[in-house]
Amino acid sequence: MLIELDFWPVLAQWPLLLRGAGWTLVLTAIAALLGMTLGIACAWSRVNGPRVLRWGAGAYVELIRNTPFIVQLFFIFFGLPAAGIKLSPFTASVLAMVVNLGAYAAEIIRAGIEATPRGQFEAAQSLALSRMQTFLHVVLPPALKKVWPALVSQITIVMLGSAVCGQISTEELSYAANLIQSRNFRAFEAYILGTLMYLVLAIAVRRLLNWAGPRFVFGR
Amino acid sequence: MIEFTLWDIVRNLALAARWTVVLSLIAFVGGGLVGLLLLVLRLSGRAPVNRVIGAYVQLFQGTPLLMQLFLLYFGIALFGIDTSAWMAAGVALTLYASAYLAEIWRGCVEAIPRGQWEASKSLALSFGQQLRHIILPQALRIAVPPTVGFLVQVIKGTALASVIGFVELTKAGGMIANVTYEPLLVYGCVALMYFVLCFPVSLYARTLERKLHVGHR
Repeated sequence: MLIELDFWPVLAQWPLLLRGAGWTLVLTAIAALLGMTLGIACAWSRVNGPRVLRWGAGAYVELIRNTPFIVQLFFIFFGLPAAGIKLSPFTASVLAMVVNLGAYAAEIIRAGIEATPRGQFEAAQSLALSRMQTFLHVVLPPALKKVWPALVSQITIVMLGSAVCGQISTEELSYAANLIQSRNFRAFEAYILGTLMYLVLAIAVRRLLNWAGPRFVFGR
Repeated sequence: MIEFTLWDIVRNLALAARWTVVLSLIAFVGGGLVGLLLLVLRLSGRAPVNRVIGAYVQLFQGTPLLMQLFLLYFGIALFGIDTSAWMAAGVALTLYASAYLAEIWRGCVEAIPRGQWEASKSLALSFGQQLRHIILPQALRIAVPPTVGFLVQVIKGTALASVIGFVELTKAGGMIANVTYEPLLVYGCVALMYFVLCFPVSLYARTLERKLHVGHR
């Protein structure tokens, strides 16, 4: 038996879907900015930092990369209150996304940093740049440029992963689809529309970042 | 009230982790078979077929796995088939893995120099023979490290099956956290168990990769 598909009851709730997509983008934007910063800091620690920091950053990267995002999110949202740290669903989602992206970005950016030719360091040293200046102005921009496609993919993956945040009642896109199907029982239609919106968002975010990278992140 | 010791928690989580492993294996093997089929279809290359497979890959890589799970869970039911969380999770993860593996392997096949295709063709090998004797054995060597690496992603992906009610490690963690009132400890243990499952696989993938590139250094 085949049930007929009827998209109208779902489409009638378009403000919910749009608002959900908006929140997904907000989550992704914050996570991308903070996550990349964290990633750069960790990549620096792993390459140049003192031994303790190097080891700490390594442990963090491996721990996050080898556990599922949903468990990280639940640990932060359900686990941390037991330790006295109570977070709103939105804050918990952002925190989980930042921590998650930070680990992957660290590994990606480190690969870019390690590909820097030795001559660049020597040239920077001969210009009397400090270690920090060398890192920020000589090493980092070309490293980011080299790994930008991988970073863009990772940011997109984190955005798609944020669908899980609906499970702790963050009101993003998957939450909106869930809410709509619980109102009119058009589950399949609601999820089809939600999924297509994610696809559009993923393509749009990828385009935007590919455009923005050379202009705002690492210069030409 | 029943008291739960740490051992009770760990033991129950370990029992549930079995289902994480089983589901991962189903998805990985199933995805591998479907992925191989997609790869061969793509290589035998008619343009419309390629476009359809390209769209399939884009669809699964460009949408959240969670939504794919929901869609299959409710979608299979529309055809009048009784869905269980088992079936929906198995099918969704298989399709998800097949899209990624087909794409990874396509990259590996494309890394084989064109001359190999042409040389084998000039020896009058059929398409099947070319694949079987010339291309796939060489592609396989490059394909193993990223394929093993992808297994980690599949294992982590199975955690999402908890959302549609499949009782594996994450779901069991949630249930145990609810009865013990110790979410911090329980989710910490859950995370550690995933780590114990995934980290050796990650390390192995990295070792394989280093071995493969040893000649290029």
